[in-house]
Amino acid sequence: MREQELVTLTIEGTSVSVPKGTTILEAAKQAGIVIPHYCYHPSLPVAGVCRMCLVEVEGMPNLQIGCATTVADGQTVRVYSDQALKARESVLEFLLINHPLDCPICDQAGECELQNYVFREGRARTRYTPTYSKRFDPVEDFGPDILYVPNRCILCTRCVRFMEHVADEELINVSERGDRAFIGIHPDRQLDHAWAGNVVDLCPVGSLLSKDFLHKARAWEVDKTASICTGCSQGCNVTVETRSNAVVRLRPRVNLEVNRYFMCDHGRLRYRWLNRGDRIEAPLLRDGQDLTATDWDRALARVAQIISGSGGKAVALVSAGASTEALFLAKEVLSGFDVTGACKVERVEGEQPLPGVEGLALRDERAPNATGARLLGFGEDFDGALAALNEASVVLVLDQALEGPEAENLSSAQNVIYLGTVAGDAVRAADVVLPVANAVEEDGTFVNRDYRVQRYFQAKAAPGMARPAWWVLGECLVELDRGESLTQAADAFALLARDVRAFSDLTYDRLGYGGARVAQQSPAEVSA
Amino acid sequence: MGYPHQPHPRETPVLSKYFGDAGAKTYEGWVQRGGYKALEKALSMDRQKIIEEVKESGLRGRGGAGFPAGLKWSFMPKEKARPHYLCCNADESEPGTFKDREIMRWTPHAMIEGCAITAHAIQAEITYIYIRGEFTEPIAIVEQALAEAYDNGVLGANAMGTGNRIDMYIHRGAGAYICGEETALMSSIEGRRGNPRIKPPFPAARGLFGMPTTINNVETLAAVPHIINEGASWYKSFCLSNPKSTGTKLLSVCGQVRKPGNYEVVMGFPLKDLLYDLCGGMREGRTLKACIPGGSSVPILNREESEACLLDYEGCVESGTMLGSGGVIVFDDSADMVYQIMRLAHFYAHESCAQCTQCREGTAWMTRILRRMLAGDGEMKDLDLLLDLSEHMTGRTICPLCDSCAAPVVSGVNKFRDEFEAYIGRSKSAAVMAV
Repeated sequence: MREQELVTLTIEGTSVSVPKGTTILEAAKQAGIVIPHYCYHPSLPVAGVCRMCLVEVEGMPNLQIGCATTVADGQTVRVYSDQALKARESVLEFLLINHPLDCPICDQAGECELQNYVFREGRARTRYTPTYSKRFDPVEDFGPDILYVPNRCILCTRCVRFMEHVADEELINVSERGDRAFIGIHPDRQLDHAWAGNVVDLCPVGSLLSKDFLHKARAWEVDKTASICTGCSQGCNVTVETRSNAVVRLRPRVNLEVNRYFMCDHGRLRYRWLNRGDRIEAPLLRDGQDLTATDWDRALARVAQIISGSGGKAVALVSAGASTEALFLAKEVLSGFDVTGACKVERVEGEQPLPGVEGLALRDERAPNATGARLLGFGEDFDGALAALNEASVVLVLDQALEGPEAENLSSAQNVIYLGTVAGDAVRAADVVLPVANAVEEDGTFVNRDYRVQRYFQAKAAPGMARPAWWVLGECLVELDRGESLTQAADAFALLARDVRAFSDLTYDRLGYGGARVAQQSPAEVSA
Repeated sequence: MGYPHQPHPRETPVLSKYFGDAGAKTYEGWVQRGGYKALEKALSMDRQKIIEEVKESGLRGRGGAGFPAGLKWSFMPKEKARPHYLCCNADESEPGTFKDREIMRWTPHAMIEGCAITAHAIQAEITYIYIRGEFTEPIAIVEQALAEAYDNGVLGANAMGTGNRIDMYIHRGAGAYICGEETALMSSIEGRRGNPRIKPPFPAARGLFGMPTTINNVETLAAVPHIINEGASWYKSFCLSNPKSTGTKLLSVCGQVRKPGNYEVVMGFPLKDLLYDLCGGMREGRTLKACIPGGSSVPILNREESEACLLDYEGCVESGTMLGSGGVIVFDDSADMVYQIMRLAHFYAHESCAQCTQCREGTAWMTRILRRMLAGDGEMKDLDLLLDLSEHMTGRTICPLCDSCAAPVVSGVNKFRDEFEAYIGRSKSAAVMAV
């Protein structure tokens, strides 16, 4: 890579060196200063319309907008000079004159950039005395999951620019002029683009709202946990927002290498299964026709008894949504057998790309860890694996739903060990049922389609006695005298890294929040 | 009264020489009057030489900003790597201005010739003439003139037989004031909403369709053939005051004078003489109260300032205003300045493109304050508020529309404060509902 020319400037007394062509707003971030802004967003073309990021630049007669002014060597920028503060205070006052100030019933309250900056830099009282009326326009239904509340709109145009430049579908615009302006939508269309939900995240105020999240929780009530979307093999980084041990919203988490600032509506709205109430909450043991609840010790002892008492062929039916750690340990548990392993990956026709971001799409491979399963040797010959059930002395099902005829196949198999979150048809044939955590109830990793290993974190408690699958399988190994108890997912990953070359130079610390690519993949393969 | 009027002896008709002469509208008529000689000459000249000549002449933008035309052209890339464009700004949306309309109505070929010379100088193959949509008559005339120019080989793939391509298209505006702002005009031609764009990049670097573009006002372009024909020193000799302002200027006088209309005078002409001599002074029994010399966007002058003001770029600045587009709006002592200023603010509130916060909200807020004042509900603190809002609306936005709203308000409040105070002092019941 060519050496970039650096420019050194002083922002509020802090000297920073940034590449030539950087804007003042971005340079200030490096000095630890976030210059208040609305229309600017790093993923969108600069509009320079909100005029909020006005700062004083020494030697320039007028205040400059930080988002559109590039740095110059030796420049001195003052963000908090009296003049700059006054200017921003006045912008906030202007923004508020038509703003309804209905924060108590607004979904954005608590995470509203207008609210935040007004508290930080705004006037205590408006001079827009109450005899003047505020602009009023009714709420509009923009699309499947989007409401537009024009009264709250500050016309930053982030949504318009997203649809035009990133989603490449100009469905919305700025209509009318002056203070009558509002965001208008194509009269015969809906905002139903596969990635349209991002306009809700981009909206700095409560003007564009998700119908799904409408009045569901206040911003300050939710707990936020870093996770990975389970909707497809793209592996978009997400934040899981939970309240009272239930997932209430998924939002994109910035990862410039994977999804930048975005996630698709499919992933965003597909979270209810994580809150299912009909979960298996205790280990179950077969007792004749019945499955009887038991404790972990007895259940694990039974598993060990089955494994050590069998030999020859085994079948592993695993989920492409299980953690890499669990997939690895499932293999370990069956290491003495001749294993036929397979996972079932749902595929739909047609990817739905986000045109403005290279390499980002809702993928047709609708499982988060299909690549991880492949790396660990689980193919997709699911029917072949089902056919092998008859000859298997042990069958391990790892959170893979089996329905109808597939479950029928299983009923003829013996020694079925079933790890799962919910009791599907397959449970009827199981000898041992072990309750496991779902993707937001455990720590773990997925490998996305670009061979990037990404960690996800526990966002809520698993129900009852359910445990992460990697813990359960680790305890099986302990019971078989083939390992020590795993206390955390990192331990499970360390075993994986020790034994599987592709993961050999990775640790949880190295993966961090952004993930890293597995070794042994040539760049061509990785980008394929 | 009425138009065309016989030129006043103190006028210097250069651009307006053929105003009222219907024969000048046609190609033949224009050629008989010496038209297209300058184009022929220019096409044989070195491009750089044309730009130097115009630079030397001191011709400055007549649309409002007064930027030296030759200098603007010299910003265009010397080596043409991508298409270059010329835009002729015939939007003339500034209230009080109606000079370009007359140029197009009477001497469309002057504009076309000026465009062609400029297009040649800046290596633009295509010129867009952006005419405001309400100008139905001028549009028809320019269309006719363009057709004639094509028929006679002036324009087209082989302009004047020189092998140069000079094409011109008319783009009709849809009536937005802001489309007269150069970057908004380009957005409008591109088929987008007419929103001003942030500068830099300037049009010479990234203009129309992202290509190097020069944009000039009709009056500026119409002056170019004269400079080519007669030379820079001839043009430069038109100067009564500051040597930085040269040539003649068309002034559109409207309002409460006896003879409103277009007057062409030499730069530096006293405003006082324009009003009292050329325009015949105030109506019977009336005296001058105020004057806006450069279109509605510039600060208002009171009587004393108006009578001292010299009409050139520097003279107007010295008087605390700007020459702008040369739309001279005159108020006599019967004018209600509070109402007039409210009307101006209302205009800007209506025309704000809604991009910048200060402009979108501020112009409307000011209008409401002024309306309330007119309705008898004003308070003294509103005057300070108007001034404070104006301060925050000046120099803070993408384009100068917001400044243009603040300018008449600030100058109005400062110079006619007693009228504002009178409205505030009135009891509500006695207030005349002016709105």
